[in-house]
Amino acid sequence: MTSALAVDAVLALLIFGLALWITAARTAYGAALGFMAYGLLLALVWVRLAAVDVALTEVALGAGLTGFLLLGAAARLAPDASFDAVGVSGKGSRFLIALLCAAVAVGLAAVVLVLPDPAPTLAPLVHANLARTGVGNPVTGVLMAHRAVDTLLETLVLIPALIGIWSLSSDPDWGGRPGSLPDLSSNGPLTLLAQVLPPFGILVAIHLVWVGAEDPGGKFQGAAVLAAMWVLVLVAGLGRAPRVTSQASRLLLVLGPLVFVGIGIAGVWLAGAFLAYPEEWAKPLILAIEAALTLSVALVLGLLLAGPPVADGGGVEPRP
Amino acid sequence: MNEFLLAAAGFVLVTVALGLIRILRGPGDADRILAAQLLGTGGVAAMLLLGVATGLPGVTDLALLLALLAAFAAVAFVAGSGRGAAGGETPGVAEGGTGGEEPE
Amino acid sequence: MSLTLDLFTVAAVSLGAVFFLAGTLGLLRFPDTLSRLHALTKADNLGLGLVVLGLLPQVASPLGWIGLIAVWLLALLSGATAGQLLAGAVRPPEWARLTAPGPGKDTADD
Repeated sequence: MTSALAVDAVLALLIFGLALWITAARTAYGAALGFMAYGLLLALVWVRLAAVDVALTEVALGAGLTGFLLLGAAARLAPDASFDAVGVSGKGSRFLIALLCAAVAVGLAAVVLVLPDPAPTLAPLVHANLARTGVGNPVTGVLMAHRAVDTLLETLVLIPALIGIWSLSSDPDWGGRPGSLPDLSSNGPLTLLAQVLPPFGILVAIHLVWVGAEDPGGKFQGAAVLAAMWVLVLVAGLGRAPRVTSQASRLLLVLGPLVFVGIGIAGVWLAGAFLAYPEEWAKPLILAIEAALTLSVALVLGLLLAGPPVADGGGVEPRP
Repeated sequence: MNEFLLAAAGFVLVTVALGLIRILRGPGDADRILAAQLLGTGGVAAMLLLGVATGLPGVTDLALLLALLAAFAAVAFVAGSGRGAAGGETPGVAEGGTGGEEPE
Repeated sequence: MSLTLDLFTVAAVSLGAVFFLAGTLGLLRFPDTLSRLHALTKADNLGLGLVVLGLLPQVASPLGWIGLIAVWLLALLSGATAGQLLAGAVRPPEWARLTAPGPGKDTADD
């Protein structure tokens, strides 16, 4: 048992130290770099807590896509200037913020330590009813069967987010292609990476969605991997993002949520409630929803990173 | 055996920690880019050791994902530094490969 | 038989850990970013390969072996290419003039 304790101690110290470094970082760019490293290390913590599904999401989204967004944002905001020069806030207010954050952290720690052992949980109830959902992975069972409404709302909310980002463009730019990704097509190794990695990424994504029914995995992680591969292809200049007015991409965006809602409404007749599945059909229905959602969520995540549209140089863009 | 694997994971994590300390201290952001390489190999090794030692299902998939996305993180670093270093939208010299157009 | 396999695992994983240490030592001691990147990429990838080799006897199913080897191959592939990518990003701009063939593109500095 002491080995496990030693590993946990090293991990905890490492993550804590990294968090302190990020907070004390002098430039926005350095802090964003640290945050990506932090996400990759946090996955190890999730593994120690036996939450592999969460670890998958942490790596795919926290370190991958969110990190990419943060680095892009930091690169635009005077990346080499220190925070003092940018004049973010005075020493007094920063001290107050630090105090509040510490208070929240101490409060959370106190709540966790004060919990009765064993902590009150619905896990035994989920476990008892898992066989009826047709899937073997309890996380997938909860997300797609017991609490499917939450998952539906989470996927629906991505589309207004995309509309929000698109609304940041100016009128003359509407109708163009998303333009926030840098163009690194002259970079040799990057082009090689963009040609070689995506096939593996697609295989891994399909594997994650398929295996998510029984083992850790699922549509969200698979979609994040697909989005990351697509962004890689776009950044290397091997493909172009679709125009914001493209009907085909809009159709693909709503396909997943529509399938989800459609199956949910059908459940009213077939099984008695919105988003209820008839028992023999539960697993095929869940897989169908996940497959459709993977495509839509991957497209949304990629477009979220690609940013608001920018008019092509020199052309008159047709308004929709 | 499990004790040994856990101890090995701890050792690899210590080397990753030492590497991270050096990388994050490095003057300027160029050194910090190395974090992607360090975590993509050291993090994957620690994760595999932990997964086999504790017998968790799915850790191999997680390690696959980590390897894939560590490469993606490297791309993100380069993309960011290309914009940041040049101070604007134009890609700076930092990104050019040797010659650019030559076939491999 | 199982004792031999366990010894093999201990030997391979220990050797892998030594290579990780060597990579970190290179990271700590080498004078500039490019050589640090070199130490990191080569030594750590070799360490990972040895660790995967050592873990193979501990995993029961052939599917598990395929998974472990797939992880190693993917890490090798992406690590090697990312290493070149990062090297291109961190090398001093003056070097571009030394290696560009013929009348190369104008670099952006002065």
